[in-house]
Formats: sequence, structure tokens, C-alpha cells
Amino acid sequence: MNDIALTTGIDLMAWIETLFWIVIKIVAILIPVILAVAYATYAERKLIGYMQLRLGPNRVGPKGWLQPIADTVKLIMKEIIVPQGSSKLLFVIAPVLFIGPSFAAWAVIPFDAGLVLADIDAGLLYVLAMTSVGVYGVIIAGWASNSKYAFLGAMRSAAQIISYELAMGFALVGVLMCSQSMNLGDIVTSQSGGFLQWFWIPLFPLLVVYWISGVAETNRAPFDMAEGESEIVAGFHVEYGGMAFSLFFLAEYANMILISFLTAIMFFGGWLSPFEGYGWLDDITAWVPGTFWLLIKASCFLFGLFWLRATFPRFRYDQIMRLGWKIFIPVTLIWLPIVAIWIKLNIWPFNPV
Amino acid sequence: MKKAKQLINSFLLVELLKGLSVTWRNMFRKKITIQYPEEKTPQSPRFRGLHALRTYPGGEERCIACKLCEAVCPAAAITIEAAERPDDGTRRTTKYEIDLFKCIFCGFCEESCPVDSIVETRVFDYHFETKGEQIMTKEKLLEVGRIHEKQIAADRAADARYR
Repeated sequence: MNDIALTTGIDLMAWIETLFWIVIKIVAILIPVILAVAYATYAERKLIGYMQLRLGPNRVGPKGWLQPIADTVKLIMKEIIVPQGSSKLLFVIAPVLFIGPSFAAWAVIPFDAGLVLADIDAGLLYVLAMTSVGVYGVIIAGWASNSKYAFLGAMRSAAQIISYELAMGFALVGVLMCSQSMNLGDIVTSQSGGFLQWFWIPLFPLLVVYWISGVAETNRAPFDMAEGESEIVAGFHVEYGGMAFSLFFLAEYANMILISFLTAIMFFGGWLSPFEGYGWLDDITAWVPGTFWLLIKASCFLFGLFWLRATFPRFRYDQIMRLGWKIFIPVTLIWLPIVAIWIKLNIWPFNPV
Repeated sequence: MKKAKQLINSFLLVELLKGLSVTWRNMFRKKITIQYPEEKTPQSPRFRGLHALRTYPGGEERCIACKLCEAVCPAAAITIEAAERPDDGTRRTTKYEIDLFKCIFCGFCEESCPVDSIVETRVFDYHFETKGEQIMTKEKLLEVGRIHEKQIAADRAADARYR
């Protein structure tokens, strides 16, 4: 409604009001995200503990519920050491460059019909761009640290993220073909009609490729070559401590949650109820808000990430590259024509409803 | 044929799913963590922890300063000085010290002792705050013995058949 005012630049008050509401919305998205990150660390430690027959954190507060708070306080109190011989400006900027894009990507995530900060038509491209830009933070952090390990970690991370970016992009082309739109909201609405209409059926191989690439993109186990404790200590953030380190940590977990949300949105119908059009099942779940469905779906994928980490040992570097280049890209390239033919033939689930 | 089977298996992620199922099942199994200050692992009567010097029920110290423990100690952690006790002329230690930093808790001192004086108790959770505290003097050892005498006696009785 303020479009005219914005372009002419006359109505300053309206402009300030728009800005104010945007900031409010950003805060309303970011604070839950940061809280989710804090408790994702707790959930991860607890789950991995359980899978390894341990109990996980259980000392701070009831059942260890206050553990993330204690960790945060510890990280805030710690000193940030800037190593001698490091490129000081870049060293300080790198964590910001890493966390910025991972938060910015949340702008286009639709939490419910119309419940989105920026309803832009190129949402898919924007997400892809933002998740890739994060690699600059990693490279700069590794280079500015003036440390061999950090540099090696940054190199590994860069090579890995760029390789998997391709497979991820191809997987998203499939989503694009099915939904005929790059707007994440439209992608979700084009999947309406119950869980058999969601894109996970026609795009199953792409879903697997996308999700595994997502794990690789976020530098998570079993693709955490960039951190590789056993050989390069902690990788690109080895020289960081205190809040500077926790920014990297925050961004990594924010990225994980983002990947989970994106998988839910693009392959599992986002905020849509799985029982849409299933008679009584639809009726008794009609009161459930869409955001709830989205959160359920996303947390399943987040659980998957933790589960993978608890189960698999780290890949060797050549195995990672082989998987990315020689398996994922051919798989997506074969599946895309199949999906194209499938769509053209109008067979389920693409038959016009 | 074998190659084709292998290819299909690797594409269907069979091995990976097997691995995931293992961790999934473990998630619901009983946890084996022992929550230390509240729970403790069971100990054998032969447990070799902190040392103690025992006394006879009347209060007379058992040690006769034979120095067998000092001689047998592989880490040379025990230092003994002996002299006649002025009031009754018996041979007693004037100094009996165990350096816990040297001690390897092998239990040889306990086995060599002819009068069951030096023993190792079940106490394993202790700490030192200043340098020098790790030297267990005669007084400290006797004190440990006094505190844990009941347990020590019970453990010796339980193990008596095998000695």
C-alpha cells in the first residue's frame, strides 16, 4: 500500500512505518530461530547421547533444560583472541559474513499461507544464492586466521560446498518443473491435495539428493571434512573463540534448520496438512494451524540430521567428491527428463484435479 | 550379476539404512550411564584405594616397623623410620609416609604386611588442594584406618578364604 509513497519518497512517515513493521517481522522470525538453534544443540546432544546409550546433558536445570543457556553464558564471557599475523579486519568480518546469509535466507520462508516476510517471486533463487554466499564467510575465516589448519579447512569446505551446490541446484530444477514457480509459497500451494500430491513421490530421487546435499552444504557429519577434528583440529574456525566462534556455531545450526524447512516446503507440502481431502481425517485435523504442520515436518528432517551424525563416520575426501560429482549429478540429470515426460503425459500425481 | 546387485544395493542405500536402524534401536535401549555422585559402580572387597594403617581393637597400632612394605614397594612410595618406643620398648615406626603421587596402588604393601596393618581401603574419590598434601603421614593413615575400620575388617573377613 505504500508502494507509491516509497517510489516518490514524499511520505516519510509511511516509509518509517513500513520499515518499523519490517524490523518487527525480522525480530519475530530471528528470535525463534535463535532459540531453536540453542535448543537444537541441546536436542542434538541428547539424541546422540541416547543413540550411544548415554544420557546426554542432564545436570544444568531439570533434565538439563538450561544447558544451552549455560553454554551461551560461557561463550559470551570468553575472550575473543585475534591471532598475531592474522588479517584483523577480515578475521572480525568473517563470522558476520557467515551468519548474515544464513539468517537472510529466512526472509522468504513461508510459515503459513501468506505468513512470509518477503513474498518474492524468485524465492528459490534467493535461497540458493544465500546458502551459497555463506561459503565466503568460511573462506575468509580460514584465510584471515593465518593458520594452516584453518586454511585447509576453508579449502575443503569451499570445494565441498561448490560441488554440492550443483547437485542441489539440479534437484531444485525438478521442484521448479513440477510447481511451475520459483515463489516458495506457490511451490507449497501447488502441492495441495493430501500427502500423495506432495512432490516427494515424483521427485523422490531428487529429494534424497537434495537432502544429502543439504547435509553436505551445512558441513555436517558425515560430510564435516571442513571441521575434521582428527586431522585439522576444527577446520576454518580453529582460531576463533568466545562469541566469534558462537556466531559460526549459530550459523551452522541456523543453516541446518533452514535446510530442514526447505526440504519440508519443497518436497513435503510446507504448511499443508497431510490429510487434505481425506474426509473425516481432514475434518478432525482442520483446527491444526499450518505452521504446526510445517514445524512437525521440519523437525523430522532436523532429527534426521542428528540421526545421521550419530550413525555415520566421516567420509573420506575423495568419497565426498565422487558422491557429489559422479553420482548425484548424473542421478539428477537422468531423473529430470523422466519427470519432464511424466508431467507431459499427465499421469498421477500430475493429472489435472 | 554380483556387480548389478551391489549397484542396486548401494543406490538403495541398503547398508546406510542398516546402520541407521542400529542407532534407532539403541535410542530406546536402557542407558548404561552411571550418574556418579548419586550412583556408584559396585566394588570388590579387594578394591585397592586410599591406604590406611589399622589398629587392634584396643587401640594399639598394628605396625611393628618390619619395613617389608617399604622393601616390596615397586614405586618406592613408602618411607619408614623406626625406633624403640620409650614407654614399653617395642619396635614402632616414628615416621610412616606414603607418597600418593608415587604410589601405583598395586597392593603389594598390603600383601607383604605380616600383621595386616597397612591396607588399601575402598576410598577412591579424594583430592589434594595444596602441594605436600599427597604425602600420607602416619597420623593421616591411622585416621583413615579409624574411620573405615568396620569396612576394612569386613573386607578382610570376606577375602580371608582366598589368602
